[in-house]
Amino acid sequence: MNPVGELTIAVPRGALFDETVELLSQLGLDVGELRSNDRRLLFDDIGVITMRSSDVPTYVEAGAADLGVTGKDVLLEQAAQHPGEPGRDVYELLDLRYGRCVMVLASKAGPDPALEALRRLGVMRVATKYPRIAARHFEETGRQAEIVEVKGSVELAPLTGMVEAIVDLTATGTTLQENNLVVREEIAVCTARLIANPVAHKLKAARIDQLLERIRGLPAPV
Amino acid sequence: MIHPIPSGTRDVLPEETREVRAITDTLRGVMERHGYGEVYTPALEYESVLQRADMAEAQPAYRVFDESGAVLALRSDMTAPIARVVATRYATSEPPLRFCYFAHCYRGVSPQRGQPRELLQAGIELIGSPAPEGTAEVLTVLCHSLDAVGLNDYRVGLGDASLYPALMSILEVREPVRAELLGALVRRDFVELQQCLDASGLSEQAAKLLLEVPQRRGGPELLTEAPAPAVEAVTGMRLVHELLEPAVAERVIFDLGLLRNIGYYTGAVFEVYDPALGAPIGGGGRYDDLLGRFGRALPAVGFALGVDRLHMALAGEERGTGAMLERPSPATEGAAR
Repeated sequence: MNPVGELTIAVPRGALFDETVELLSQLGLDVGELRSNDRRLLFDDIGVITMRSSDVPTYVEAGAADLGVTGKDVLLEQAAQHPGEPGRDVYELLDLRYGRCVMVLASKAGPDPALEALRRLGVMRVATKYPRIAARHFEETGRQAEIVEVKGSVELAPLTGMVEAIVDLTATGTTLQENNLVVREEIAVCTARLIANPVAHKLKAARIDQLLERIRGLPAPV
Repeated sequence: MIHPIPSGTRDVLPEETREVRAITDTLRGVMERHGYGEVYTPALEYESVLQRADMAEAQPAYRVFDESGAVLALRSDMTAPIARVVATRYATSEPPLRFCYFAHCYRGVSPQRGQPRELLQAGIELIGSPAPEGTAEVLTVLCHSLDAVGLNDYRVGLGDASLYPALMSILEVREPVRAELLGALVRRDFVELQQCLDASGLSEQAAKLLLEVPQRRGGPELLTEAPAPAVEAVTGMRLVHELLEPAVAERVIFDLGLLRNIGYYTGAVFEVYDPALGAPIGGGGRYDDLLGRFGRALPAVGFALGVDRLHMALAGEERGTGAMLERPSPATEGAAR
């Protein structure tokens, strides 16, 4: 039995990786290979699978992993958009408190070009990697926006005049500043979350609750 | 020539049909033996009739106009159509009434998530038999059905849709906090639940109960060990448990946080889990107000199984591999905390 009770955990590669590995290490998992081998995906011996953060809910929902760690931004982006639409069927068990970022609406410094567009054209164009979060935010605040989905550096979009604003995740605000963009609105604070498959949550209840207790007992991340 | 079909639909060819037919024939046999007569109803109904049921997240998703301009909808489950049948065709019959069905239902899907648009459901409805007897009977037929098709490792999660609202009433939680807490619970989001509670201004003790109780799941000791206000709220579950035969009782996981995303449930709710599948195979519950909305007020309870999911779980158990990567035998998993 591994130290987390034979549970399989989906671990996100990328920004949340180091702190997640640190958490697993504190729980008693042998994370040496996980730390050193960044090409391996499957670590059966310690019940860990690695993938990009946005794939974690997919694997956990399907039951390929019992538990997973992913950002609240990923969960918000994959949540049900409208009542009646099925969202991700996973439990969100714990705020792990690390990987803190803010989802923001930002536009070029100076007079807000997005406001001007809204006033004069009735609609603002917004580039984002999070089209669903962006659409929901504008819907909830009663404004019309045309969402332009981009896959790479979002900051480029307003600088070229393709859009008036962006919705993006920022940790320190440095990238925004370097591109002469300023935060206009904060949409959501996003941290790492522990999620669980709904069937595992019932059939492996004791082991999952034990693990939750142990995580709650750990010192808070700095 | 390749001619496409809509995503979330599929053709079933003879080899698979034989396997599915074996499952449905067995289920039908068990249900008929328990006195549940099979019914067919139209896949298309008047939208206005189906809307009498409060379907929440399982609302009809496909609508067409008929030649006179009336809106028809493809049914999204069989509970609403059977409620209509009872009110219309059995308006004066002596309850209880027992029906079973094997029917395709139609749901909206999210893109690229492998969700079925058309799904074959097998289920029963028991009309006119109140809690706890009716609930216990339906749980018994459910377990006998699953045993008969040879599913070995399944468990039935049993909760109560009225439990959390009752707990909130006992602790004097008012709107809009009630709706926020219930919303977080329906979304299975305990982080949001905690955030709502922190911001609610409720006493620390009440907030702790409202956060902890819905996370409790495990054996029957849960029903007596629960904190005082929750013990009152779990009375209904305890009465059902007392009526279950041992073979059925040992399949049950009590789950004080179980809610189903269909609005019409009023009391006991249940879901079927198998370690070979990452999603519930089926579920059901009590809907004591639904028949009244169709004009014949009778308490009712039922369940529906997704036949394809049941088939997948059976195949997974046979292979000895499942989504859960191991196979705990029933009753190995103890109480949570």
